[in-house]
Amino acid sequence: MRAYKPKDDVQAKAYYTDRFYVAPQVPKSSVEEDEIFANDLAVIKAKFEVKDAYIQVEQMVIHINANDIYGVLELMRDELAYTQLSEMSAIDWLAKDDTFEIFYQMLSMTKRKRIRVKYFIKNGQAVDSVEKLFRSADWSEREMFDMFGIEANNHPFMKRILLPYDWQGNPLLKTYPLEGDEFAAWYEVDKIYGKEARDIIGPELRDTAHVDRYDSERFARLGHEVPKGTEITGDEPAVSASYQEEGGVFLVKKLDKESSIVIDDPQR
Amino acid sequence: MAQHKVNYTQNGGLPIALTSVDKIVNWGRSNSLWALTYGLACCGIEMMASGASRYDFDRFGTIFRASPRQADVMIVAGTLTKKHAEFIKRLYDQMTEPRWVISMGSCANTGGMFNTYATVQGVDRIIPVDLYLPGCAPRPETLQYGVMLLQQKIRANKAGNAQKAKRLM
Repeated sequence: MRAYKPKDDVQAKAYYTDRFYVAPQVPKSSVEEDEIFANDLAVIKAKFEVKDAYIQVEQMVIHINANDIYGVLELMRDELAYTQLSEMSAIDWLAKDDTFEIFYQMLSMTKRKRIRVKYFIKNGQAVDSVEKLFRSADWSEREMFDMFGIEANNHPFMKRILLPYDWQGNPLLKTYPLEGDEFAAWYEVDKIYGKEARDIIGPELRDTAHVDRYDSERFARLGHEVPKGTEITGDEPAVSASYQEEGGVFLVKKLDKESSIVIDDPQR
Repeated sequence: MAQHKVNYTQNGGLPIALTSVDKIVNWGRSNSLWALTYGLACCGIEMMASGASRYDFDRFGTIFRASPRQADVMIVAGTLTKKHAEFIKRLYDQMTEPRWVISMGSCANTGGMFNTYATVQGVDRIIPVDLYLPGCAPRPETLQYGVMLLQQKIRANKAGNAQKAKRLM
């Protein structure tokens, strides 16, 4: 069994570093290269401040101010024919500069174009809900709240969507341990049996491949089973498994392999 | 003319079989194990296949019931999430005694590949388990063999004695 490490302060110590290969950015090209995008950008720029705009993998990306999001999406929906919000969520950049990146993936079926609208908010700041514009934002914003703890103002039902309502912590934050913090580790035990049951039930066994050959309480060696709690010496006799007990079973006919019919035609 | 197989010359001419209370009760219990459908994930598909015509669970007396009050054995087939843990406990409590639990597949046994914050690391943290079936997912044959083993376990019980309530705590 793996040693149990207390997880009380695990979220206080952010472990996030770029541990893996960080892929270089896909090359960005100018918006002027695409006529439709250039036109869309000009319409948006006429009303709102656009901090940055470029084309990446045939999609236009625009960076805007956080409080403009409702207006920008409304303009895009009503005047630029971007009628679908296909995805929205957040990216945790807390370790880098204490911000979240919020992105909205817009699709225009008539123009066959996609635009990604982005902005950054500080940690703890709320965003404006776009649920009134796109019904798809309803659950997306709830999921964002669930996973990152970012609240959406004017959302009709700002509650967790996937995790239970009494959950603590936001699992998609990079500081959240994959195997759960102290709260998550004892969640079901605390809720069903109460905190005093922790000692009886014990911590979670996280090493699922762990097999102790000498533990006959929790493991059995196939073909050499012994009664629970027997001390294992290594010379356990082979146990042949049979469906029925030696003496036969009351009113149940014992299977005789010799006289039973084996149907080997798969097309029977 | 009606043909029947009762041999009136046996047992003093009476069509009877003598047995003990233990045996007849255990025979009844072990051969009518009604299972609570508890398909939580992909193991549930294998559980359904066991009940369908090719594997035909009915010939073991195992008939799936949709209500815990009519079920004797709970086959936990799939990944148990922490959000769902309280409901499995509630359904287990609603089953009448004697009751048994089969934990089917790696996820139900130990959490399996879901070594994450949201998965219960083995249903035996919530309810007592009689039988663990390995596999990801176990084939219907495994489940049927598991039910046979459970039948053996039931037959080994003394039916006359009051069933010792299996509780985690």
